[in-house]
Amino acid sequence: MSKKMINLTIDGKAVSVPEGATLLDAAKQEKVKIPTLCYHEDLCIAGNCRVCVVEVEGWRVLPASCATPAMEGMVVYTNSPLVRRARKDVLALLISEHSTQCTTCYRSTNCELQDLASEYNIDNEIYINLLKDKNFTIDKSSWAIEKDESKCIRCQRCVRTCAELQKVNALDVINKGADMKIATFFDTVMSDVVCTNCGQCINHCPTGALTERRYIDEIWEAIGDPKKHVVVQTAPAVRVALGEMLGYEPGARVTGKMVTALKHLGFDSVLDTDFSADLTIMEEAYELLDRLKRKLVDGEDVSIPMMTSCSPGWIKFIEHMYPDHLGNLSTCKSPQQMFGAIAKTYYAKKRKIDPKDLVVVSVMPCSAKKYEAKRTEMNDSGFQDVDMVVTTRELGHMIRQSGINFKEIPDSEYDKFMGESSGAAVIFGATGGVMEAALRTAYEVITGREIPFDGLNVTPVRGMEGIKDASVKLENVLPEYSFLEGIEVRVAVAHGLTNAAQIMDDVSIGESPYHFIEVMACPGGCIGGGGQPIPTNEEIRKKRAEAIYTEDEKKTIRKSHENPEVIQLYKDFLGKPLGEVSHHLLHTKYTRRERV
Amino acid sequence: MAKQKLKRVDLIFSQECSCKDIISAALQKPKEEIVKELIDSGLKGRGGAGFPTGLKWKMAMQEKGNKKYVICNADEGEPGTFKDREILDRVATKVLGGMALAGYVTGAREGFIYLRHEYKFLIPKLEKVLEKFHIWMDDFDLDFKVKLFIGGGAYVCGEETALIESMEGKRGEPRNKPPYPSSDGYLGKPTVINNVETLVYALMIIRIGADKFKSMGFEGSTGSKLFSVSGDTPKAGIYELELGMTLDEFVKEFGDGDAKAVQVGGASGFCVPRKRFAETHIGYQGGLKGFSLPTGGSMMIFNSSRSMYNVLHNYLEFFEEESCGQCTPCRVGCQQLLKGVEAVKRGEKSQKYLNDLLRLAETMQLTAKCGLGQSVGNSFSSIVENFREEMIY
Repeated sequence: MSKKMINLTIDGKAVSVPEGATLLDAAKQEKVKIPTLCYHEDLCIAGNCRVCVVEVEGWRVLPASCATPAMEGMVVYTNSPLVRRARKDVLALLISEHSTQCTTCYRSTNCELQDLASEYNIDNEIYINLLKDKNFTIDKSSWAIEKDESKCIRCQRCVRTCAELQKVNALDVINKGADMKIATFFDTVMSDVVCTNCGQCINHCPTGALTERRYIDEIWEAIGDPKKHVVVQTAPAVRVALGEMLGYEPGARVTGKMVTALKHLGFDSVLDTDFSADLTIMEEAYELLDRLKRKLVDGEDVSIPMMTSCSPGWIKFIEHMYPDHLGNLSTCKSPQQMFGAIAKTYYAKKRKIDPKDLVVVSVMPCSAKKYEAKRTEMNDSGFQDVDMVVTTRELGHMIRQSGINFKEIPDSEYDKFMGESSGAAVIFGATGGVMEAALRTAYEVITGREIPFDGLNVTPVRGMEGIKDASVKLENVLPEYSFLEGIEVRVAVAHGLTNAAQIMDDVSIGESPYHFIEVMACPGGCIGGGGQPIPTNEEIRKKRAEAIYTEDEKKTIRKSHENPEVIQLYKDFLGKPLGEVSHHLLHTKYTRRERV
Repeated sequence: MAKQKLKRVDLIFSQECSCKDIISAALQKPKEEIVKELIDSGLKGRGGAGFPTGLKWKMAMQEKGNKKYVICNADEGEPGTFKDREILDRVATKVLGGMALAGYVTGAREGFIYLRHEYKFLIPKLEKVLEKFHIWMDDFDLDFKVKLFIGGGAYVCGEETALIESMEGKRGEPRNKPPYPSSDGYLGKPTVINNVETLVYALMIIRIGADKFKSMGFEGSTGSKLFSVSGDTPKAGIYELELGMTLDEFVKEFGDGDAKAVQVGGASGFCVPRKRFAETHIGYQGGLKGFSLPTGGSMMIFNSSRSMYNVLHNYLEFFEEESCGQCTPCRVGCQQLLKGVEAVKRGEKSQKYLNDLLRLAETMQLTAKCGLGQSVGNSFSSIVENFREEMIY
């Protein structure tokens, strides 16, 4: 198994790396940092920014270390005078066509170009400012994503993200030479193209060229309005990533501090999307059982596999790319939207608040949630169910603006009625989590016994593999589910839309062997969402996922159907899963969309 | 030793022997012998980059796998070059013969002529030639077919990996190298990609023998090549000349008596001022003392009535538009060089700014991703250094 080793010299030191390693890899192994811009761990090598150039003895040019394989006997210098000069020049060139209004840039202090400009002391005056002659625009047409051409360095990370990770190809390169830029098909505005709003482009952008559409000021305004009762819900994946915005290492669990901070910000009630995640599981598990019964017992033409519908990026993807299979989607709204619909009905009633004065704010690891909240069908409460959505990043900004010393504040608990949750809900934040939560409940509903996995941990659906699958054999089922006796339920989990597309291709030719499939638009699930702190990469996603599963372990309630507030909700308001009120408030339908 | 006389040669367009016979005879030889002959001949790529052709074929030959390709690069886009068009117009069968040889040697069964968009008028003629050629291939029992592929009109697609990307239906952007096309070319398969002229020479070398070819030119720059002569010359046209001539000899033959500079190798080449004509040889670097300039064949002569600022400005405008835009040094560098010389000319920047621009040109040569970006600095530096006063006043 051992790979052939390549011997070379880096900065005078003998180094041995496995065959196929690049010079950048080799330097990293030796703890030498080579600056990069177009390079991203998640993506294929582009080699186009040329910031990572190094000097190789005997070579006529300075090769890009990210794109050059280590070769036997190479003598490499990563910090020679020539290398430094070249990097400085390349950075100065980038800056000459970049809007350097860093003081007003959303990505200031979290910008790879800014970091390098400062590291290399780039003099803004060396080259002629090219911006003046370019008619760069800022596209604010999308509800989710803003695109500012004047801050783009054309590294094509977004292009590769959209193509490789997501198979959407909303962004691509157009024109050549001086006019080359990143654009949509026919340079149409972002709102009118096949874009899933997943925000992975934002998360992979080194600068402020792609950012989420921000709603921070609107929220401050609502909070400041005495007539308004403003509630906030926090998605599962936010609590394990928010810390990164506020001085913590990746993987820090800051749930309690986040709740305290939200109360400080002035929200009237701090509630949890985890509550509605448990609710989603109730509805979705029963929907699956209902579909199976209609198919197996009643012989109806029901679409199987059923597919999850929590991820709005995935929903928009399937609407555009596989519109013939919308019937496979669970009709359940996402936890965010269930929360909004319940907040403006049940919660408003409980708290004796006129729903027109109730403002529902979401904190999401996601930019697509901004779009989802504004979908015209999302108003079953009689109002727009969710009013404003901010990302984990925006919340980080708000907390900083508020002056709270986040690291020093104590923990708090979520508020009542919609704040309680189970461990099954929090794992919604990681790929495989919805599946695991659904299995914990569905298995128990069918058999009356706990799912036979050690500690309720359905490990086959966990982890970062692109497509995972598992099966659960149903034996000794309860009488009312006798039609499932002996059946082996097959499930699959995909994250990242490229993987989703692979699963869908099987579904569309009728060859999918599965009963139930979970799809999350983003790599790693919501913990790797487009609204999460930047950087996000495989290592960071793993740490956030670990933190999510630790949250689950620490919970006393581990199964959605045991959430007392959810039980209460059904008793007081909804009746039963898939009941009439549920049907009205918690389920939705989908829209066929064009592919171009 | 360099030859002192400028000598005309007639290999490319010569019709002294039936093309079919040349191909037929060449295909009688063992593959290894053909490769050895090509390597011995010292033939280097005539597109301008000068990679040893025999070596290229050998590398592709040694690659495993049963799917390989041969591509004829007819995306002749370098300003001042117009020889490939003439070759394809007059002796296309020889080009195809060279491709057949490459196919025979490497085991490729498919070939493509990547024809630049502007040469579309050649298509009917080429299709007729192809028809005949395919009958010959049947006669020779060689499983090798050639198709035409029409480019989209981007200069950068003359760069071999950008050309391949464009054939694959993608944006014409150069790839990172290594890997090279000989192992990872069209559709990821081993691919031999040669200039039009190179393919003809490959065929002719197998006919006349490496020794005869080597007897022309000088060490490291053997043989002859086609030159596209243009500019201030009474004899504009295409000439096949032995490599190794000095520019002095060249200008004596082709100039109008008032040549002040020759641009060797087109917009991406070098500008040589009169005072260096005598010491500048035309050939690949490394073989001769003094200056040796390689060229894809473009030779533009400028007489004293020409403004070298205008010449440079014209080249820079060309590059600013024709850069693929992918890498920073080329995309932004070209804009800066253009805007920079304009600013100096207008007096908005001091003449010292030219030094900054020369340094930038050097950075572009060192850091750009492909040969195009790396060579923009050639014309810029050689014109600015030799005609600095024309840039300022």
